Amino acid sequence: MYAQMVKTGVDHIQSKEEMSPEERAFQDRVDQDIKIEPKEWMPEAYRKTLIRQISQHAHSEIIGMQPEGNWITRAPTLERKAILLAKVQDEAGHGLYLYCAAETLGVSRDELMEQLNSGKAKYSSIFNYPTLTWADIGAIGWLVDGAAIMNQVPLQRCSYGPYSRAMIRICKEESFHQRQGYDAMTKLARGTPEQKQMAQDALNRWWWPSLMMFGPSDAESVHSAQSMRWKIKINSNDELRQKFVDQTVPQAEYLGLTVPDPDLKWNAERGHYDFGEVNWDEFYQVIAGNGPCNRDRLRTRVKAYEEGRWVRDAADAYAAKKAARTKAKAA
Amino acid sequence: MSGQDALFEYLLRLGDNTLILGHRLSEWCGHSPALEEDLALSNVALDLIGQTQLWLNLAGEIEGKGRDADKLAYLRDARDFRNLLLVEQPNGDFAATMARQFYFDAWHYLLLRELTGAKDGRIAEIAAKGLKEVTYHLERSRDWVLRLGDGTEESHRRMQAAVDDLWMYTGEMFESDEVDEAMMRDCIGPDLSSLREPWLGLMRATADEATLTLPQPGWAQRGGKRGMHSEHLGYILADLQFLQRAYPNATW
Repeated sequence: MYAQMVKTGVDHIQSKEEMSPEERAFQDRVDQDIKIEPKEWMPEAYRKTLIRQISQHAHSEIIGMQPEGNWITRAPTLERKAILLAKVQDEAGHGLYLYCAAETLGVSRDELMEQLNSGKAKYSSIFNYPTLTWADIGAIGWLVDGAAIMNQVPLQRCSYGPYSRAMIRICKEESFHQRQGYDAMTKLARGTPEQKQMAQDALNRWWWPSLMMFGPSDAESVHSAQSMRWKIKINSNDELRQKFVDQTVPQAEYLGLTVPDPDLKWNAERGHYDFGEVNWDEFYQVIAGNGPCNRDRLRTRVKAYEEGRWVRDAADAYAAKKAARTKAKAA
Repeated sequence: MSGQDALFEYLLRLGDNTLILGHRLSEWCGHSPALEEDLALSNVALDLIGQTQLWLNLAGEIEGKGRDADKLAYLRDARDFRNLLLVEQPNGDFAATMARQFYFDAWHYLLLRELTGAKDGRIAEIAAKGLKEVTYHLERSRDWVLRLGDGTEESHRRMQAAVDDLWMYTGEMFESDEVDEAMMRDCIGPDLSSLREPWLGLMRATADEATLTLPQPGWAQRGGKRGMHSEHLGYILADLQFLQRAYPNATW
């Protein structure tokens, strides 16, 4: 997902008997679906895991602006240009909501940015793939936003209040993005032979990386189990991936496009599609920094941040001068 | 030049200004100094793209040859573009972008305010819609000129350099030619030279407050309105028009 393989720092799931009274009271609230708010007591591991998860999500929104931003100046019509610009702008907005949500847990946006820029913090593997043609913009909206929604809709119900509320706002916009992406793909799939080929090529390249977004199977992971107990993760990675495949394959068929998986087959008994094995070696390589665009993405981000420093400093200096003048006047 | 031809030219100027400046601003998206600026610069760019659609669709209608805003934006070459030289200048640093924006916004605001009284209702309507947006653009770019001018030593130096650098592209905004004169005759557009004093007044007041020195009036670069551009425009169009040119007659 936008947050992949988030570690919780625990090595086993505590039973209620092992918990301190505070921990037990906390878990009871979570079990009763009562939202946890910033000023309330929470286990340190819960707080740290949430910071990791929310900031990874925020970083993904910010880095995710690059692959799509790559086509803003080349969008094929004024309307498509406006839609794409508004979409990338929404991603900046999502990043802001999420950094604000993370800040309620006692970490500053600057600290988080620093972690991203130094390469210490992770962001979703998907944004390390290049956007080579216009069809990639449609494919990202359709597949990548589609996959993101799968995870984010359940997270609207997550236990941490500020994160849950950020998700509610974000989901509204994401579903609009997904529809726009599918609409752009439809235009291509129904267009000239070259356009249709462009659409098929984009599907070929984005299909597997989209499945990787859900992360490796976590049925055995103690971290996932802990996160689910805390209700900051609602479904397992495999459940979400299956749901995504089941939803997306008929959409591809409707477009007359072929999903690039020879093992893809409807399984009537299971009531789900069977599909081939994801290349997890590739996934781990991308996570380790060896995807096609990792270096460019990070360099671009660092460059914007560093080149913007004097502007942020000037804004601070001006605000301080203004405040001093107001104070002097009042005195 | 017939009234209709002049009106078509005039609308191209309005639409090309917003198209090219919107394009330049959209180049910032994802690269600006702070997330808040990614949002704000995109907002201004989106307003300008929206205005472009209105102006160029109306231009196509007046021309009567079946061209709409997209055909006009994506299928003309540089010599047929009518935007001011100012708006096609590269983004440079954030100070250069804000100087360009402030110069343009102040003029754009004054022009649209006049155009809201145009005898042609279609023009008055678009101008009124645009004026609301541009009022905010002007507030924002003026605010940045103040912050950067009176911020740190570095920001002051950069802002002063930007103000100096772009000054020679501002003269063109106030020079009327036969198209502008035709618009005056038809009670559509103002005498552009009449916008100069209010524009200068705002520039002086802002420069004072921002501790900047306004350049002396000097040589003005001109030509954009007649299709004589800087070399920058060709690259903007190569970007903007790539898909429409590479895949003719496709719909998107």
